[in-house]
Amino acid sequence: MGELLLHTVRAFLVGGALCICAQLLIDLTALTPARILVVFEVAGVALGALGIFEPLLEFAGAGVGVPLLGFGGVIARGVREAVDEQGLLGVMTGPLSAAAGGTTAALVFGYLVCLLFRAKPKSQT
Amino acid sequence: MDKQTYGALVKRRAARTRVTSNCLHAFLCGGAICAAGQLLTELYLFLGMAQRDASTTTTITLIFVAASLTGIGVFDRIARFAGAGTLLPVTGFANAVVSPAIDNKSEGLVVGVGAKIFTVAGPVLLFATLSGVVWGVIYYVISLFA
Repeated sequence: MGELLLHTVRAFLVGGALCICAQLLIDLTALTPARILVVFEVAGVALGALGIFEPLLEFAGAGVGVPLLGFGGVIARGVREAVDEQGLLGVMTGPLSAAAGGTTAALVFGYLVCLLFRAKPKSQT
Repeated sequence: MDKQTYGALVKRRAARTRVTSNCLHAFLCGGAICAAGQLLTELYLFLGMAQRDASTTTTITLIFVAASLTGIGVFDRIARFAGAGTLLPVTGFANAVVSPAIDNKSEGLVVGVGAKIFTVAGPVLLFATLSGVVWGVIYYVISLFA
């Protein structure tokens, strides 16, 4: 039970801290949300390539896995494993294979939501 | 201090307060989403999943929730408060996939939903793939000599 609490608190603190970084990028620079997502994702791939992502994931769990950084980290890991298995071909098959779960979920659920709902009128508050 | 300098000072202070409160909101909401993700992962581990499968299933669950909340129009209201707190977690990615698609539903399921669903997913996937390929080539070259 104590371990569960510890893991959750770590995820909260690290995930929250990453969101502060993203918020500062929004408020202090002219970066649009789409660009910020791309920046964090590429940063995740870079951290994965440098071997920093795995220890971070070990420590913070969902705190780095849930932010888009984690998407990048998983891709870096997937590429490494694909190259280990298939050599140069792994360079081509690795990235999208690693991203498949999240991407497919977003596309399928996204499409279903579009079928079921209409756009809400934007309220100005 | 004349009126103009005072006005500038007030403006700067107000901007600083706004950034601080935005950051606080982002921290609390983003942290809460990540904590929820951690609890989900622990639940899936408890149900007997392997570590990686549990993380992937967590991601898929959060995407499902965020897509549904976008559909019923609740996500935008939370996001207005949370800022980067909902943007940076995978919930923001799901919202960015669904939102432009649903807004353009009137253009049809193929050119409306089908094309616009990639408005943000497109760049994210493109740069994920590109950076993954760059890393793959580097890793391949390193492994040739290692």
